[in-house]
This record gives sequence, C-alpha cells and structure tokens, in this order.
Amino acid sequence: MKEKLKTLAELFWVFLRVGAMTFGGGYAMLPILQRELVEKRKWVTDEDLTDYYAIGQCTPGIIALNVSTFIGRSKAGLLGAISASIGFELVPLMIILVISVFLEGFSDNEYVQHALAGINVCVCVLILNTLLKLRKSTLKNAFSLVIFFIVFLLAALGKFLPFSIPLPVLVIAAALTGILAGQIKEQKKAKGGNTQ
Amino acid sequence: MTYLLLFYEFFKTGLLAVGGGLATLPFLNDMATTRGWFTVEDVSTMIAVAESTPGAIGVNMATYAGFLTGGVFGSIVSVAALTAPAVITIMLVAKFIDKFKTSPLMQNAFTGLRPASMALIAMAGLGVAIPTFFNTDAMLAGDWSVAFLWKAMLLAVAIFLGQKFLKKIHPTVFILIAAVAGILLKL
Repeated sequence: MKEKLKTLAELFWVFLRVGAMTFGGGYAMLPILQRELVEKRKWVTDEDLTDYYAIGQCTPGIIALNVSTFIGRSKAGLLGAISASIGFELVPLMIILVISVFLEGFSDNEYVQHALAGINVCVCVLILNTLLKLRKSTLKNAFSLVIFFIVFLLAALGKFLPFSIPLPVLVIAAALTGILAGQIKEQKKAKGGNTQ
Repeated sequence: MTYLLLFYEFFKTGLLAVGGGLATLPFLNDMATTRGWFTVEDVSTMIAVAESTPGAIGVNMATYAGFLTGGVFGSIVSVAALTAPAVITIMLVAKFIDKFKTSPLMQNAFTGLRPASMALIAMAGLGVAIPTFFNTDAMLAGDWSVAFLWKAMLLAVAIFLGQKFLKKIHPTVFILIAAVAGILLKL
C-alpha cells in the first residue's frame, strides 16, 4: 500500500515536471520522457516508448495524454494513469489561468516570442538526438528502414499535395505490413524446411 | 447546466480528435459557432496562448476555452472531460496488448509500427524545424538574403554539441538555456 502510494506520487512528480517543460505538445515531450523514464528510472524501454507513440497517434485522444496514460498504467494501473495525466496537466492549467486573468497580450509579447523561438531551436535538436537514440532499437534491418522512409515520405507529401493520408491510416498500414511480412517469412521458412 | 454541456462537448472532442493537439481545433470552432461560449477570434487567441505556454496544445486550448465559458471550474471540467476518453481507451487498448503480447501476430505488427512511429516523430520534428530555421515567407518571395535564420542555426549547433559532450545535463536545462539565448539573440 505504502509502496503503491510512493509510486503514484513519483509518477505525479515526474509528469508534473514533464508538463511544465513541454513546449509544443506531444512530440516535444519525448526527449524529456526518454531521459526521465528510460535512462534514469528504467521504467520503460525505448521500444515501449516508440510503441506508445505509434498507438497514441491512432487511438482517440491527443497524443500527449495517451502516452502519459500508457506509462502511468504500465507502472501502477488505472490510478497510475490518472496520476500521470493529472500531473502532466496541472502546471500548464495553472499557467493558462494566470495568463488569461492577468496577462493580456502575453503571447504577443516580444520577449515571449524570442524565448519561444529559442525553445523551438532546442526542441528540434532534442528530438533529433532522441531519434538518433531510438534508431538503435528500432531501425535495425532493411525492412524497418523501408517502412520508415515510406511513412516519412507519405507524411511529408501530405503537406504539399491537395490530398493527404491521415496519419492513423499510415500507422495502421505499417502494422499490417509488419504482419504480412511476418507471414511471408514464416511461409518461406516452412518451404525451406520441406526441401531439406 | 453549462458545466454539463461543457463536459459533454470536451468529452466528445477527446473521443473524436485523433492525433496531435491541433486536431481539437475544428471542435473548438464548432463550439464557438453552435454554442456561442466564445468567438471564433477567441479560438485564434487560444492557439497563440496554447502554443506559447508549456503543456500539450490540446489540453491548453481546453483550459482556455473552459475558462472563458465557466471560469476556473469550467477549465477544470473541460480538461477532465478531454482527458477521460484518452484514459479509458488507452486502458482498454493496453489490456488488449498485454493479453496478446507474446502472439507472433502482435509482434510482427510491432515490427511495422515502430519504424512508422519513428517516421512520424521525425516528421513532427521537421514541422517545427522548417519555420524555426528558415524564413519561409522570404523563400516564397524569392528573397534568399534573409531566408536562412543563421542565429537559430548556430544556436542549434551549440545545443547539439552541448548535448553530445555534456550528457549528464538534463534536457530541460537546455530548454531553459535556449529560452534565454532566444531573448539575448533576439531570435
């Protein structure tokens, strides 16, 4: 019981800090999650984190909350999921309330704009470094590289073409391709076994 | 009554908005026109504020919209309503995944999912990087002399090297340093 409360409090505290330092939404929090949860606490692996993002992209709800819920649940069930989500939302909620009551024109402020431009530079570098880390566990064979480039191209083209493929469709198609490739491999193996 | 309606509207948004926070945008516009809780102009202020404060954009917009509609309690109601569908669906999906974790079918699905997930993360990063390092308006106008935002690029190189050689330093420290650098360099 005491152990469980401790875990819940720790989840709340980690996500409180993640929420306070995430600028730009769900993907921007990935580098902080990777440091706090994979490297420092070893609560989840790089693969887990990648999976949570893939699934969080195509299930209802915004990605940041989906990923927080996944991690909270894996650590402490439903209460863990709720602790992580509330922790993640608390600081931003209070900041917005303060801003909407006291600080009109906050987001037009020159200094705020410059600071955000600096933060965006940092977020780009952090995401790049996180991708380089995740690459080791995720892009380790030709099949995964092909999927990576095809999905990336289709997602990128969506910004320039009049039609775009919804991202959840891309994710689901990639999962189906994975299943299909697995089946083909299985069959090949079975055939190879017969000829020997 | 307003609180119940607010809960209903944001629960619906949480259930039907799939993906990043900006996916909630059409729902907010819809609320502005059908419910009249706030104006469509308010919605663009919401985006500006949501993007310039910490936290997920979707949650931030729900906070602001809830506040305009029903004060502090309104913002708590809308954020709770936005969160509930995410928690419920992920609890169910995670249970399903746990159950079939060892099935080869599920494992094969993940061999496809993981690189796709990486691609979407890379895409999201690129989406931030382009307006951060390039003046796209100047590029489209053919004015190449101001198209490259050199100061931002140099800051990026500095942060990259900092992360490479000072591995112990927490990412959030870099974010704070970058915010200060942004102000000093007038990025």
